[in-house]
Amino acid sequence: MHPPVTAQSADAHSRPRSLGYSYRRHLGERFIEGLLFLMAFISVAITLAIVAMLVKESVVFFEQVPLWDFLTDTQWTPLFDDAHYGILPLISGTVVSSAVALLVAIPLGTITAIYLSEFAPFAVREVAKPFLELLGGVPTVVYGYFALLFVTPLLQKIFPELPGFSLLSAGLVMGIMIIPYVSSMAEDAMRAVPMHLREGSYAMGATRFQTAIRVIMPAAFSGIAAAYILGISRAVGETMVVAIAAGMQPNLTWNPMEPAATITAYIVQVSLGDLPHGSIGYQTIFAAGLTLLLLTLTFNIIGHLLRKRYREVY
Amino acid sequence: MRDDKDLSEIRSIIARHKLWDLIFMIIGVFALMIAVLTFMALFAHMLIEGMPRLSWDFFTSFPSRRPGSAGILSAWVGTTLVMLVTAAAAVPMGIGAGIYLEEYAAKNIITEIIEINVTNLAGVPSIIYGLLALSLFVHQFGFGQSILSAGLALALLILPIVIVATREAIRAIPVVIREGAYALGATRWQTVSDHILPYSAAGILTGVIIGLARAIGETAPVITIGALTFIAFLPPSPFQDEFPFLSFEWLMAPFTVMPIQMFNWVSRPEAEFQINAAAAGLVLVVMTLTMNGLAIYLRYRMRKNLKW
Repeated sequence: MHPPVTAQSADAHSRPRSLGYSYRRHLGERFIEGLLFLMAFISVAITLAIVAMLVKESVVFFEQVPLWDFLTDTQWTPLFDDAHYGILPLISGTVVSSAVALLVAIPLGTITAIYLSEFAPFAVREVAKPFLELLGGVPTVVYGYFALLFVTPLLQKIFPELPGFSLLSAGLVMGIMIIPYVSSMAEDAMRAVPMHLREGSYAMGATRFQTAIRVIMPAAFSGIAAAYILGISRAVGETMVVAIAAGMQPNLTWNPMEPAATITAYIVQVSLGDLPHGSIGYQTIFAAGLTLLLLTLTFNIIGHLLRKRYREVY
Repeated sequence: MRDDKDLSEIRSIIARHKLWDLIFMIIGVFALMIAVLTFMALFAHMLIEGMPRLSWDFFTSFPSRRPGSAGILSAWVGTTLVMLVTAAAAVPMGIGAGIYLEEYAAKNIITEIIEINVTNLAGVPSIIYGLLALSLFVHQFGFGQSILSAGLALALLILPIVIVATREAIRAIPVVIREGAYALGATRWQTVSDHILPYSAAGILTGVIIGLARAIGETAPVITIGALTFIAFLPPSPFQDEFPFLSFEWLMAPFTVMPIQMFNWVSRPEAEFQINAAAAGLVLVVMTLTMNGLAIYLRYRMRKNLKW
């Protein structure tokens, strides 16, 4: 494939392509480029397939269940004889468990990020960052086990009336689970703040804490906000922890001490059973999936817009 | 006299702010410790509960209705086979896409769409991939509730991870390497295959390992496809006695995987099964942590040794 350089290459200056140019070689290159493009384009195809599939199955669902009922009915009992198709109970479960998770992950994630970015000595950061990354790699089903069999009994010692399944313990564990996610992204944003801003602040006599709160945080604001929003999206889409520890009963409640199902837990519950392909029960998981995708997509888009902003500033 | 008073006032202000500095530092260490301690508690809990169950028999027995004799044979075999499919699909596709985006793509609207897409896909909840696979692979393509469907679903899930890792590894290679290759008359593909790929191999490997570790632990998409939770047989062996020695029947076989086996045991009310769950969880965590640790170590070594 390496053609010898011949006298022909003398005019390479004016027509570089003539150097070693051969039709076969050119064709091979074009073929490879086309192949690689196809591989890259697969990601777009996946997105299109996800949207098309969810919409296709949901359309069948919404032909039988009016959209208005779906959004306003307060019961979700698609598998009962007296079937109700109100998504609200699943939404409430999702919102409450995510809210608990964020109450844990946002403060702890932010403090961890500030500490690692502004306070921690080099050695601590070198050890802590890989460790946090390792935590992010623990399978979610293991966190679910932990929530059900360790955290719930522990919480029951503090709140004796807490049931065996609760949004509280699922949310707490989910929050700890997404700390590494929030903190690493927030830390990236803080470290992207140029050094001279810190130096200016220190030169004025500010302490590290003052610098972190009044200079670094505002400067990295959009990046930190993006970390929060992507954390929300993560919590909303999380499945196994809630499926294991929060129970799978749809329950319209805003009380974290109660058991309830989230959108994701419902999909798991139906998948565990044996619903025939094409039945209304089968289509409900796609309607639930579409709702989930729309929720997370909204958060993801806001998050990416915010992240783009902080990248452009510096 | 007034100067002294001002000075002491300033000193007290400084002392107060320094105190706040110290307080925050302690809070910071504390916050970091919560994540770390939680993991320690998780690991210790599983170790205490599950360690007594871990024996050779646990790895060589099928699941059973009697918790004492149940094992994870079908689960780890299933996980291995599913990972083979996932790696075979995600690695070439991810690396190819990464190479295209870094080395070939022109700055145009299509490239931008692909890039936005990859970041977006990384944020799609894993269970949605399960729904996609259920509708597309299981029913539309007729692959059924098989190892092939699960492997492909997980491949789609980790594709963004492989793409991003490939792009980062390629981006770290200085332009002079490419210019050198082009100056010697190499074509684009020769440059990529002889220079870019070998130099970025370690970085790409890191991403592939992290991706596969993620796929091993994923439960939700595999449940959605309809993996069975009780499998007391193995898929047909990929190796045959007679020509052509390889068989792909296992691709279509029903299966279970490690996290599903664990989920099944966790959701049983009997305490004995939950001990099995702890043991399976221990195996799972050790597996994923080893893989992630290996990836982090590889990256660390690379950063240390690499000087262009």
